[in-house]
Amino acid sequence: MNFAVIVFPGSNCDIDMYKAVEDCLGESVDYVWYQEKDLSKYDVVLIPGGFSYGDYLRPGAMASLAPVMQELKKAAENGKLVLGVCNGFQVLTEAGLLPGALRRNQSLKFRCEIVDLLVENNDSPFTLDYQIGETIQIPIAHGDGNYYCDPQTLQELEQNGQIVFRYNGTNPNGSIANIAGIMNREGNVLGMMPHPERAVHEWLGSEDGKRMFTSIIRYWREKNGAA
Amino acid sequence: MFKATVYVTLRESVLDPQGNAVQESLHTLGFDEVGEIRIGKYMQLDINVNDKAVANERVKEMCEKLLANTVIEDYRFEIQEV
Repeated sequence: MNFAVIVFPGSNCDIDMYKAVEDCLGESVDYVWYQEKDLSKYDVVLIPGGFSYGDYLRPGAMASLAPVMQELKKAAENGKLVLGVCNGFQVLTEAGLLPGALRRNQSLKFRCEIVDLLVENNDSPFTLDYQIGETIQIPIAHGDGNYYCDPQTLQELEQNGQIVFRYNGTNPNGSIANIAGIMNREGNVLGMMPHPERAVHEWLGSEDGKRMFTSIIRYWREKNGAA
Repeated sequence: MFKATVYVTLRESVLDPQGNAVQESLHTLGFDEVGEIRIGKYMQLDINVNDKAVANERVKEMCEKLLANTVIEDYRFEIQEV
């Protein structure tokens, strides 16, 4: 199974993402530069956090037009798994692969802390190894994580089970319906503000993020009948 | 050639926390007459075409595709011949 970690100028969680795949799964993983135009060898594409293009104009706006994105859109259409974390989530909304947008935090402050997340949907390739209603601890680190969508889109997200994670207790950024992570209708593209790749060892403060990676591999193996 | 001036602000239906913070600060300074504040972006573009209608159309496309995120932002622009 092959994982790609996309690297834009200004990505800064790419190494964390790479190490998380190595540590949790021991599967093959490559850094893929934003100018690449071929993602055909990869089964899963990970878009890491950071400040691609220095957050110029809007977070994720410029990265959503980078050369690799055309190929990423095709990969998503073909059902490959795509996970965007933090800036990766912003890139996916800007690219139109996920609905809505991420605004400046309501507090106007950059929030960096471990938060409680409620698992709303475990019927996704990314969350098979969690229980519905389970509370997990995952760190956040963002200034623009305030998810917004219009009421009609919100209703669709709710009805289709596309809301995967919500903040439990305190909402750190003011997001609509306490949304922390959503997926597309087909369920193969997920974006979230919290960083599961930073929560893969007890000594990191939490290992609750590990099960996102183990879910991905379990899904892939079940789908492909591979051991 | 034309000069396009593009203004991007958060949509009316979207809260503007920066605007609210600035409004409070102005009230603190005694500017009690200040009502709602919306903060946005100002962009100036040189457009190398000969036809104003074309410039209009192209700038509108730029706003829709990149300069504004129409999920949360409104835009307007002016085009001047230079």
